Amino acid sequence: MPSLFDKLWDSHVIAAMPGGASLIAIDRVFLHERTGAAALNSLAAAGRAVADPARAFAAMDHIVDTFPGRSDVTQMPGGTAFITETRAAARAAGIRLFDIGDPDQGIVHVVSPELGIILPGLTLVAPDSHSCTQGAFGALAWGIGTSAAEHALATGSLRLQRPPSMRVSFGGRLPAGVTAKDMALALIAAHGAAGGQGHAIEFAGPAVMALAMEARMTLCNMATEFAAFTGFIAPDAVTFDWLHGRRYAPSGALWDRAVAAWRGLVSDADAVFDREIHVDVSDLAPMVSWGTSPAQAVPLGAPIPVFSGPGSRAAHDKALAYMGLAEGQSLIGLPIDAAFIGSCTNSRLSDLERAAAIVVGRRVAAGVRAIVVPGSSAVKRAAEARGLDRIFIDAGFEWRESGCSMCFFAGGESFGAGQRVISSTNRNFESRQGLGTRSHIASPETVAASAINGCIAAA
Amino acid sequence: MSQKFTTLTSLAAPLLEDNIDTDIIIPSREMKTTGKTGLAAGLFAGRRYLGARTPDPDFILNRPGFGAAAIIIAGDNFGCGSSREHAVWALLEYGIRAVIAPGFAPIFAGNAVNNGLLPLVLPRAAIAILAAASGPLHIDLPAQRVSCAGSDFKFAVTAEAKAQLLEGLDPIDLTLQHAASIAVWQADDRQRRPWVYL
Ligand code: SF4
Repeated sequence: MPSLFDKLWDSHVIAAMPGGASLIAIDRVFLHERTGAAALNSLAAAGRAVADPARAFAAMDHIVDTFPGRSDVTQMPGGTAFITETRAAARAAGIRLFDIGDPDQGIVHVVSPELGIILPGLTLVAPDSHSCTQGAFGALAWGIGTSAAEHALATGSLRLQRPPSMRVSFGGRLPAGVTAKDMALALIAAHGAAGGQGHAIEFAGPAVMALAMEARMTLCNMATEFAAFTGFIAPDAVTFDWLHGRRYAPSGALWDRAVAAWRGLVSDADAVFDREIHVDVSDLAPMVSWGTSPAQAVPLGAPIPVFSGPGSRAAHDKALAYMGLAEGQSLIGLPIDAAFIGSCTNSRLSDLERAAAIVVGRRVAAGVRAIVVPGSSAVKRAAEARGLDRIFIDAGFEWRESGCSMCFFAGGESFGAGQRVISSTNRNFESRQGLGTRSHIASPETVAASAINGCIAAA
Repeated sequence: MSQKFTTLTSLAAPLLEDNIDTDIIIPSREMKTTGKTGLAAGLFAGRRYLGARTPDPDFILNRPGFGAAAIIIAGDNFGCGSSREHAVWALLEYGIRAVIAPGFAPIFAGNAVNNGLLPLVLPRAAIAILAAASGPLHIDLPAQRVSCAGSDFKFAVTAEAKAQLLEGLDPIDLTLQHAASIAVWQADDRQRRPWVYL
């Protein structure tokens, strides 16, 4: 009868709180330098300690530059303080920090799985909305604000209302060249950017269980763009194989015992959900966004739709004006100024391998700035060991150090006003990648093919 | 440390777009310090100013009378996007105490309550009436009612959020009253799931 969500939630309820909330045990807290210092300093100022520093972690990913030879100095005005204060606060609190130069540095949602910090059945919170990425391991992982992060650090728990549940079942077989990113964009385009509002969403069905581990992370990563509380996938052999031997994962007899417990983390056949959505992936195509919300996306080659709701006509027109596009226009062939491969959505080794397979032996179109930013230092090393860096560099891509980089604009490096960028990231909001920058989000394959063609193109 | 909220009477600024994300509420580039203050000038910075901090006369909060509005009426999914609590801090520092919308992004709603900003959910039809009102709105949290001249609506709020807003309670203090239950739960859990504890 219980769903996977019921099992994850119920196994973490410490106590019922008056008024219907539950006190939920938090197994892991992950910070980054954008907000880590704010949370830790505020905690210290209130005279509170981190309850269990061994289960809290921090990474430098958001503010730190991704240029080779980087240091604490960043292009973002005032950025250095975020780095040095987070470092000092993490040290004072006894929290393991994956710092600049650390072989394990990288984007939180890439590093945490890589090191086995996230595991099936855990609760993990981070002051970052894409924490849902880690739900791919059959965990409850969600983004919180700074004060909730302080709460989790100080008490090992959070007070929460139980969110409603949803199952999104993906049936059918994904056509070649269509990816988890396209599945997510197709779902959000069909049901709106608020379509999953506040729900704990289980991604299920044969097309999900057929995804490789890194693709599952891509799918769960986009749950927050669907306004979900979080997204997750039942763990299976794919999950266990991927995690086995990672640093913070259990080993030996404890591993066997853990896997035995994790096998129970599935929705029972008669589980009930507050909402259910079914998507057949068999006729999905690569998706690309045309507007300033991830819901404003179409299959490559399809025209920008005429407004038909939901939402407002004004918002639709505003998005078109911002993007410099018109209804009925096709995105294929639209000239681009830049191409960006990176972010917690699509910067893992398999993402880079698929992009490199398209780029190999070809050249980035003249006048296009193309950048690859590996999601972690470990991904960067693994990619270099396979020669992917040479493929990208020879084609004319910049090959960067790992981090969030130009996934978001914090006042430092940006693509610039009016520049049209195709990007493997998750947000195409106004000015997300630079003041006035026009972002189109798509899979790494589509980004790579577009970089080569100088315009939005199919892989 | 959050501000208490009981009742509020104020003009409401309509900003009736859906998906007003946290980048719009406070652009990332406006989060210049590691602290929680000094953010009001960055509120809606991308919309509020023309160039270098010259107020855009067309933006709602710059229009006559709306500068002192303590309520914003918005479209669905308000506060989506980044989890940055700066969005709430900037709104409060500017003087906004309540946002009325058909729905909120979950992280934003949690952040709002934790700081004493009321995220007030109403259906679109009620919102259209409130947004068209010429005079001030009155929000009564104990009674869970919001009214304007000629109309009055009941709104839902969880008992937990209501208590927290009314009392301005610090949730960490509240939770630490349960420290013993947390310790017992963790001791049991160590037996059940020893691999969780590092
Ligand atoms: S890569 Fe982008 S979306 Fe992911 S955590 Fe960094 S800034 Fe956020």
